[in-house]
Amino acid sequence: MMSTTTQDQSITHDDHHHDAPKGIMRWLLTTNHKDIGTLYLWFSFIMFLTGGAMAMVIRAELFQPGLQLVEPNFFNQMTTVHGLIMVFGAVMPAFTGLANWLIPMMIGAPDMALPRMNNWSFWILPFAFTILLSSLFMEGGGPNFGWTFYAPLSTTYSPDSTALFVFSIHIMGISSIMGAINVIVTIVNLRAPGMTWMKLPMFVWTWLITAFLLIAVMPVLAGAVTMVLTDKFFGTSFFEAAGGGDPVMFQHIFWFFGHPEVYIMILPSFGIISAIVPAFSRKPLFGYSSMVYATASIAILSFLVWAHHMFTTGMPVFAELFFMYCTMLISVPTGVKVFNWVATMWRGSLSFETPMLFAVAFIVLFTIGGFSGLMLAITPADFQYHDTYFVVAHFHYVLVTGAIFSIMAAAYYWLPKWTGHMYNERLGQWHFWCSVISVNVLFFPMHFLGLAGMPRRIPDYSIQFADVNQIVSIGGFAFGLSQLIFLVLVIKCIRGGEKAPAKPWEGSEGLEWTLPSPAPYHSFTTPPEVK
Amino acid sequence: MTNHHQPDKLKSNHKLISMLVMGCIGMFGFGFALVPLYDVLCDKLGINGKTANTASSYQAITIDTSRIVTVEFISQVQTGMPWKFEPQTKRLEVHPGELIHTVFLARNVSDRATVGQAIPSVSPGQGAAYFNKTECFCFNQQHLAASTSAELPLIFFVDPQLPESIHTLTLSYTLYDITDKQLASAIEQGAAK
Ligand code: HEM
Ligand SMILES: [Cu+2]
Repeated sequence: MMSTTTQDQSITHDDHHHDAPKGIMRWLLTTNHKDIGTLYLWFSFIMFLTGGAMAMVIRAELFQPGLQLVEPNFFNQMTTVHGLIMVFGAVMPAFTGLANWLIPMMIGAPDMALPRMNNWSFWILPFAFTILLSSLFMEGGGPNFGWTFYAPLSTTYSPDSTALFVFSIHIMGISSIMGAINVIVTIVNLRAPGMTWMKLPMFVWTWLITAFLLIAVMPVLAGAVTMVLTDKFFGTSFFEAAGGGDPVMFQHIFWFFGHPEVYIMILPSFGIISAIVPAFSRKPLFGYSSMVYATASIAILSFLVWAHHMFTTGMPVFAELFFMYCTMLISVPTGVKVFNWVATMWRGSLSFETPMLFAVAFIVLFTIGGFSGLMLAITPADFQYHDTYFVVAHFHYVLVTGAIFSIMAAAYYWLPKWTGHMYNERLGQWHFWCSVISVNVLFFPMHFLGLAGMPRRIPDYSIQFADVNQIVSIGGFAFGLSQLIFLVLVIKCIRGGEKAPAKPWEGSEGLEWTLPSPAPYHSFTTPPEVK
Repeated sequence: MTNHHQPDKLKSNHKLISMLVMGCIGMFGFGFALVPLYDVLCDKLGINGKTANTASSYQAITIDTSRIVTVEFISQVQTGMPWKFEPQTKRLEVHPGELIHTVFLARNVSDRATVGQAIPSVSPGQGAAYFNKTECFCFNQQHLAASTSAELPLIFFVDPQLPESIHTLTLSYTLYDITDKQLASAIEQGAAK
């Protein structure tokens, strides 16, 4: 599909960077998209382990009925901060890291369009999470109202540290907005000559659309936390009935952000899978343009379904029906995507290296999450499932075996390009099989717990749920431990390993594979010609 | 690598950036605009169970004796508020158009004066627009001295236009303690004088 006129690749690493600062200053001051991409990815991984540790606390407490290890209030802080960290600290920064590393190389640009802003968007993130985590140690504890911070839990009944929570969310939002602006400007203005819109790699397309979603909804989240702040500390009554406000309105505003947010966390995954499946099927992607249109329609529809999170708030019947049908409509473009991936594999010459294993697992398991989503979209059924473990199972299938698995797949696929070394395939296979088995032991039985009526976000449960919770917890510990294999693998891959060629996967397509491995510090300083 | 950009590239960067920043600011404003938008929409469509905050007039209403609507009253007190608050009658059968008097009983069981504000809500939400109050204690704040009680009056009628599908209207009052807010605004006003 694409070919490049060879350009001067002899400029090496050292030529360019002898005057650059060394050590920690290199990382603090860097404006290089590859450095910043690396920072984002490491940050995301550290947050993944931190949020994971909190999940281990949750699963340890739920291993048996009754209260054993932690206070209920601390349990609530764990569920809240686990959710916040995984959404804003692990998944979103991982995607921004991938965007930084890959988008310039994929479109033949020398760097991101706004390199200095890029440095800022990363470096404010560690501050935001330091603030959030430090609030856990304050008197009265950290946020304990769920990652969705419903009023009045987050206003009337919240701890004093809520101001810190609000402040940290503001900073995270500013960081993602700056990242999104950078991505859009880069894609619009820095494409190499001949890189027309319908030649853009799917990852670039999906990120472009994600960036627009971010710009549309992160400010609304900022508004929501600001209203919580003023309600709690400055006497306004946005969400307080006594002062003429309305707590249900909080949910409308939050989910106007919240539902597009879940697509922010999955669209880039669609781009990653659309790169990996063709490479290991040795066939071009089936239905490229339908993929582009499907992504765009998912993004637009995502603004019309927010109230499917609120079926039980007593909406009038016509609103329940409207949101039910709109929600079901989204599964049509989503289905188009799954169909296209399967059609790409159909009669391909498949091979199953680790990136492909994660990609195939993504397709199967994400689809399970889509199906449970459809069940939840049925309004009368949702009255039964709402706020039970069924919802927990649903969003962990789409987020862990969806978003996180795609990030893992991406890491394996592009690690040779980033480090210049092949990762250890045996270890990769171990990581995959341990993860895929344990993740299903962890999340599949949650469907049954939810159907049987076990509520979410409660540290105790009735004894009929005991056996299944024990299985779930064992799956959880196993999944957590399995991720340490990945940590070892990445460190080994950075330190050494078999030398990676420019194009380690024979079926892969795209400009990034025309660069040597590891990709030089400065690439495409003269734009390649895309034919 | 900005030094590689041609001037027109930079210009188009700036134009795009300012458009995107404007978009962000616009969406931040939109988040706040959702507050009045939501209220207006609910009000126009009459969907969230909110009743009018002012008295409606009872004039030229014909009583529909062929129909009986059940009106139920429930009451809640905000956690921690030292009042008891209950409807005298929990359930009434009324004809649409009929003017009904009823009372709620409130008692301050603490040893300090307290100010309360009752917030009404009607279920099903679509019925709210047809529940008309000509007099209600919820229109005003209620002051109760320590260990005193009061009978709070409510006079209402059900609009005869009430959709046929609705047979029962439930009126719920939640009572909020606004003593501190009262104090704060009194002090503020005092300071302003
Ligand atoms: C076919 C597509 C999907 C449908 C029909 C769907 C439907 C739903 C519905 C109806 C709920 C509300 C359940 C309740 O609270 O009672 C829900 C919750 C949720 N969904 Fe989905 N969903 C879909 C895909 C996704 C995707 C792709 C993601 C993220 C990557 C996602 C993330 C979530 C999350 C995080 C929640 C729970 C939020 C919370 O209450 O904490 N969903 N989904
Ligand atoms: Cu949703």
